[in-house]
Amino acid sequence: MYICKKSLIIYFLQQNKIYDLEPLKDILSKCEEIAFDLDFTRAKEWKSQDKKRVIVGYMPIYFPREIVHAANGLSVGILGGGDKKMIIKGDAYYQSYICHMPRSIIELALDGNFDEFDGFIFPSICDVIRNLSGTFQILGKGKFAKYLDYPQNFKSHIGGEFYEQELQHILDEIYKINQIKVTPARLNESIRLFNKNRQLTREIYDIRQKFPWRLTAADVYHIVRAGYMIPVEEHNAILENVIHYIKEDINQPLDKIRVVVMGAFCEQPPIGLIKTIELAGCYVVEDDFLLGARWIQKDIEEIKSENKLLSTLSYAFLNNSTFSSTIYDVDNPKEGRLLELINRRNVDGIIFAAPSFCDPALLDHPILQKACEENDIRYVSFLYNENTGQFKVIKEQIGTFSDSIKLWD
Amino acid sequence: MSTRVTKEKSMLIQKEMISSLFKELSTAKQTGKKVVYTFVPGNISELIRAFDMLPVYPEINALQSGMRKKSGKFIHDAEKIGYSEDVCTYVKCDVGMILNGNIGPTGEKIPEPDLLLLSYTGCFTFMKWFENLKRLYPGVPVALLHTPYQEGHKITPDMTQYMVKQLKEEVIPKMEQVSGKKYDEDKLKKILGNTNKVEELMVKIFDTTKNKPSPIDAYFAGVYYIGPINIGFRGTGEAVVYYEKLYEEILERVNKGLGPITPEGVMEEEKFRLVIEGPPNWTHFREFWKLFYDLGAVIVASSYTKVGGVYDNGFRVNPDKPLDSLADYCMNCYTNLNLKQRVELLSNCITKYQADGFLVNSIKSCNSFSAGQLMIMRQLEEKLDIPVGFIESDLVDPRYFSYSNIKNRLESFFQMLEQRKIIFNN
Repeated sequence: MYICKKSLIIYFLQQNKIYDLEPLKDILSKCEEIAFDLDFTRAKEWKSQDKKRVIVGYMPIYFPREIVHAANGLSVGILGGGDKKMIIKGDAYYQSYICHMPRSIIELALDGNFDEFDGFIFPSICDVIRNLSGTFQILGKGKFAKYLDYPQNFKSHIGGEFYEQELQHILDEIYKINQIKVTPARLNESIRLFNKNRQLTREIYDIRQKFPWRLTAADVYHIVRAGYMIPVEEHNAILENVIHYIKEDINQPLDKIRVVVMGAFCEQPPIGLIKTIELAGCYVVEDDFLLGARWIQKDIEEIKSENKLLSTLSYAFLNNSTFSSTIYDVDNPKEGRLLELINRRNVDGIIFAAPSFCDPALLDHPILQKACEENDIRYVSFLYNENTGQFKVIKEQIGTFSDSIKLWD
Repeated sequence: MSTRVTKEKSMLIQKEMISSLFKELSTAKQTGKKVVYTFVPGNISELIRAFDMLPVYPEINALQSGMRKKSGKFIHDAEKIGYSEDVCTYVKCDVGMILNGNIGPTGEKIPEPDLLLLSYTGCFTFMKWFENLKRLYPGVPVALLHTPYQEGHKITPDMTQYMVKQLKEEVIPKMEQVSGKKYDEDKLKKILGNTNKVEELMVKIFDTTKNKPSPIDAYFAGVYYIGPINIGFRGTGEAVVYYEKLYEEILERVNKGLGPITPEGVMEEEKFRLVIEGPPNWTHFREFWKLFYDLGAVIVASSYTKVGGVYDNGFRVNPDKPLDSLADYCMNCYTNLNLKQRVELLSNCITKYQADGFLVNSIKSCNSFSAGQLMIMRQLEEKLDIPVGFIESDLVDPRYFSYSNIKNRLESFFQMLEQRKIIFNN
């Protein structure tokens, strides 16, 4: 193995093949920039090209972006300000014992970062996001602020029907703005694009599962998060490009344990935290950081008749969703699904990382940790905020966890 | 302050009702009565009663543990097995109570559930709570009733139908299976007839605070008044008798011009009338209340007493449409209202009951209430030009009740109200 750096151009020589990694580096750098663009530059630029285009912001975790795409819209993920937004006004809206993310979202809203947005979606994942929808309504942000009630009943004629009604309300709101009717042909085109997006994202995760040294967890995070900010067509091109590079035998494996990170599905961990986990001796081969991008586990079927416009999206939600702290799980217990994931990803241990004051994530921990103990699976847990800036203690904790597995297991 | 405290007839009736319920629960396994665990908001105990089953409310167990000073240990025990310090203390208190033998307020063991009825109204944590209970009671069936949120400021026919379908296809079949009895709609209608009477009486009772002095404290005493309807007596004849008696006693107080009864007797001078948002602290309930009545503050309306149902806007169950009514009732609980509706409801209370101030008791472990409270406070201040105050505590975690902090804040708030009165009077 030989690495040669020549005036910022990186070559990687392995098994007599030379790989020019400079284009990959450029892609990764671009993704990082897009992922944390709190001004939503690309989305606003996209909207400005056509008066009938709309932007709809959505909060974690999952939202079927296909419907907005089919209505000539761009759905943009609102994931908080992370460690890149100073909170001044947001603290006046939330008490200290409420998680950090809503205050940074309010800060962004009050600072005008969402001014070109036409609507906002608040999926029903917890009481804080639910009540944030009311705050947006009172503040008059956007032309609509919709709380999207996920059904917790998974029968198609009960929960499925209700879910379709919920999605139809969103389409009705967008129609009021741009008068674009969603037809089966339009929706099928969107379904195809997002199916492809999920396939490509899965492929990246699968490659990383086998060869986690080819991309860092932070790189993967940037790539996936960029997809929350730009049109799906552009993101698909990025994903294809990345796959082209990481299919090759690049970079060298290091002596690290393989871990799953669980609990970070809503308020996102600061990127420094993700880097710290890998620097402390772990390869993150599975995570729930940006779970919405991979929420639907199989391709969504295309629509065959107009009077069942939303039926396949509904079917996918009811039957092909991943497991999550926000979905009632009694008929399909989450600990069983976690154990299956651990086997599939061949991991050495689990890192439970949850935002402070996150009831959904933290109330799952006793259940999941008990399953780990009963199945002799090693785990460690800690809390974070989206703007946590000190990682030394976490690095020591993860480092000890990693060492203990490497030395004793 | 009068020092002589005599228990009124309604208090004795309530005591007897609660005692008999827990007695019945303690012998349920012997008598063969089936036990259903469920929650106060979205409390469809009429349906439970229609199958001759008995309800148990984990959050009532938790608050009673708080009042009996047992919650601290229960919470600690739950934290020892992995529950985070950050999560809802009702959940931890309940889990800790189960770990310690599940002994109820009367010292008798609360029976294990035959059915977990997860009526999921206005609080997402309820769902997480029952996921945990499901693991503690493996094999016990769970019936889930998902209540849509009033995000669009109203209940639509689609929302009602979604709930009715769940009642028909999920909840009722499981109740039939557990109880071994067929669903009897006529019986349910009869039970709902009693609920309708009680709802009407409750509105009248809480409306008496428009009198000056207010004959009742609608928060500290209010939590006792909502007790029977919330802990399993919805739709029972006993509840009708209790609320009729209570209303009669309150009217008598109005006629005599008396203020509210406190643990230290009748409050003689009403200095401040407040509307309060948020649940009370249970671990130091008496001390907390005393901070108000010592300074002549009476609560004329509170959001917490509407947590088990909002009747102010005219909603009553309709016995002729039993399942639709149960659905609409669930959707109409306070924490299932969106923030705009909450602001409107509180605003109406402030105006109608001529409150001098609005106070938030923000609960550390209850996001359903707490997230958005500062927005509500700001809205009411701007809309009504009313002084607003803010204190913090917790439901049942004694570590989060800071007596001197709360006292300092309340004294400042009351001083502000006093000054304002002087200015306005001049």
